[in-house]
Amino acid sequence: MKTIKIIIGKELNTAFNSWSIYTGYLLFFCICGFICWLSVSNIFSLGQANMMPFFTVINWTTFFLIHALTMKSVADEKKNGTLELLLTKPIRTNQLIAGKFWSQLFIVLIALVLTLPYYFTMAFLGHIDHGAVILGYFGLVCISSCYISIGIFASSFAKTPVTAFFISLGIGLCFQLLFGILAQQFSSGLAAGLFTYLSISEHFDSLSRGILDSRDVIYFISVIVLFLSLSKLFICKTRF
Amino acid sequence: MDIVVENLSKSFGPQKAIDNISFQVKKGEILGFLGPNGAGKTTTMKIISCFLFPDAGNVQIGKYSIRKNAYKIKQHIGYLPEHNPLYDDMNVIDFLVFIAKVHNIPHYKITARVLDMLRMCGLENEKQKNIRELSKGYKQRVGLAQALIHDPDVVILDEPTTGLDPNQIVEIRELIKSIGKEKTIILSSHILAQVEATCDRVLIINKGKIVADGTSSELRKSNTDKLLKIAIKGGDTNTVYEALTMLENLEDIEITGENSFLIQTSRKHNIEKDIFHLCETQQWYIKELIPIEKRLEDIFQQVTQN
Repeated sequence: MKTIKIIIGKELNTAFNSWSIYTGYLLFFCICGFICWLSVSNIFSLGQANMMPFFTVINWTTFFLIHALTMKSVADEKKNGTLELLLTKPIRTNQLIAGKFWSQLFIVLIALVLTLPYYFTMAFLGHIDHGAVILGYFGLVCISSCYISIGIFASSFAKTPVTAFFISLGIGLCFQLLFGILAQQFSSGLAAGLFTYLSISEHFDSLSRGILDSRDVIYFISVIVLFLSLSKLFICKTRF
Repeated sequence: MDIVVENLSKSFGPQKAIDNISFQVKKGEILGFLGPNGAGKTTTMKIISCFLFPDAGNVQIGKYSIRKNAYKIKQHIGYLPEHNPLYDDMNVIDFLVFIAKVHNIPHYKITARVLDMLRMCGLENEKQKNIRELSKGYKQRVGLAQALIHDPDVVILDEPTTGLDPNQIVEIRELIKSIGKEKTIILSSHILAQVEATCDRVLIINKGKIVADGTSSELRKSNTDKLLKIAIKGGDTNTVYEALTMLENLEDIEITGENSFLIQTSRKHNIEKDIFHLCETQQWYIKELIPIEKRLEDIFQQVTQN
């Protein structure tokens, strides 16, 4: 646990010492703020205190932000040779991956926490379903965790950060969009059921409506564990 | 801690990087690892430092095996990789503190250790700089500092003096010698004179196999050829040359100047006696007879080009 904390500290230190993270945050808030408050389909046009459209915007914005964030996580270490430095220190591969995962999640959590004024504003303007908002945020954290694990996997698989970005974006789009589309095309049967279950938005929708189902939580945990395990596999593979 | 390498093999695809090599390094010994490019030096070092897994064989460091106790071994090893990877966007102090923390150095000792390393590796004036801003020589010193910060029992240095100026090379050599008294050190280098001056023992590896192992004087002695520089006066150069070529145990002869020759023979033959008898019968006299010691470079060339 101590080693994981040290890696998290180092990762956050490096991230917040670079301009790119602040540019990412700025972009995130510009997009979210514009769509939620200034665009034609802003929050006021709904006529009700509902965070659902806002969650959809955050979901898509964090989707792109996370892939940009995670693309360097392992690929850069491989490219610069610092992976060799880390893995010849008393650091287990699990600890390295956990450190990378939690530090990225922390960066995303800061972005999500900074959107809380949106919620406070809406709670002030009308009657809002607090339970649905809490579960919506919980869903966003779960989705972000999934995309972070996918990003770390792509980064440990690819040789350069750019390749990692495209791989994680591709896998992410499958979960975010493609599986849902395929489920609609099959409309019924085993394949439709399978793709519906695989679609991340299906699980997020129920959470953002205020329904907490253990199946959704199990789904998110499974995706995270699967991709982090694959990351470990690919990092170890470079050592054989 | 002693290092025992047993029947170590490693392949990358169809190419064998190291092929069944075995050797031992004792505590307090500095082993120089020599070999041409692609001989397998770095691969062996990466396996000893638990970065790569071997296909076959084992490395035992003290009572720990790389196959079972890699995590324990990493706590006792200080490793400077070949290309010296560092976090360019960190400053020197932050980087060393990070490495010290990773090595579980108690919190109250970290500052003292980092300051020790800065002083030992001559980084005091560069400590606030970002690693990106440092010259290659200073980066190499940072690499050395990170390898030594936890006072490891075993130190593995892959070309530690790359990029250093001659003064720095001497400093680092002295540093390695001083820490080598109580630690086990393996270092690889292309500068043979440096290896000879620093190391207690030399191990030459070629195409994944050990081709020579011993102290530099042992390696010279193991060489079966003997070279003699000889100058004989009292006769014409060509006449002396003709007479010398008639000697029974002579393997090769070369005229190096007027009445001067370079003679190659086998160590087991006492050719000096034959030359003396020849001079005595011909009424010549020996003006110069110097045995020429083979340099480590010559031995290196000889064992790696066969």
